[in-house]
Amino acid sequence: MRSFQHRLSEFDARGVRVVGISVDPSEVSRRQSQKLGYTFPLLSDPDRRVIRRYDLLHRGAGPKGSDIARPAEFLLDSNGIVRWVNLTENIAVRARPQQVLEAFKRTEQAVSN
Amino acid sequence: MNLNPSAKKRWNWSLWIGFLCVLAGFLSYTFFAQFPITRDFPWANFLLFAVGGILFVLGLFRAFGRPQMYRGKIFGPILATLGILMFAFFSYVFFYVLRQVPPSTEAPRIGQKAPDFFLLDQNGEPVGLGDLLSNSKGAVLIFYRGFW
Repeated sequence: MRSFQHRLSEFDARGVRVVGISVDPSEVSRRQSQKLGYTFPLLSDPDRRVIRRYDLLHRGAGPKGSDIARPAEFLLDSNGIVRWVNLTENIAVRARPQQVLEAFKRTEQAVSN
Repeated sequence: MNLNPSAKKRWNWSLWIGFLCVLAGFLSYTFFAQFPITRDFPWANFLLFAVGGILFVLGLFRAFGRPQMYRGKIFGPILATLGILMFAFFSYVFFYVLRQVPPSTEAPRIGQKAPDFFLLDQNGEPVGLGDLLSNSKGAVLIFYRGFW
């Protein structure tokens, strides 16, 4: 997410909103945002309701065997349709902002053609 | 008169430097994970392991090939074993443990509508998917494991 923060202005310029979603309570997200200088919203899903809805629950992977979200990134268009998705097979490997920006560019081109 | 014959032997530096390289490779992933290139595949860590391995081979050849000149017949194999264990553990974590992610076969796919949601942000303000998509050209949802 650090890399998304670095390139946030490019998402802003294209009118694309960036949000993070995790099981963290709001207080933890606030602390982390301040510490890491994140200016995009970090949404809190303590009930895992949204995470489950998106089938991203990673059982027992959190502290004390609690359920958390597995890493995943979605690019939605303004109608809420998924245009690009990344479901990593390795927790250490995440989507890069460049990939998402390129996917957005392709979507825009597809729309204008 | 020198009663200790080992005092004349030279310090087998490559064993120790090799061990330090392996140790650095073992411990430095959290640092290299900051950069996508060295995070997605641990090149930097493997480079350190490789340099450490070469130095170990050199050091062990010295220790066993010319034992009258170099130290390390005892601690050389000990350090090398520790090095191999660190490398094995690192590889096990990176290539096995980190890959234990659920398949998420029911996750929204390209062309499908993303399920709506309504959650609180870090300031306790409610944010819905509709809010994110109104007056915007799209949204990136980044699901992450969390800081806890």
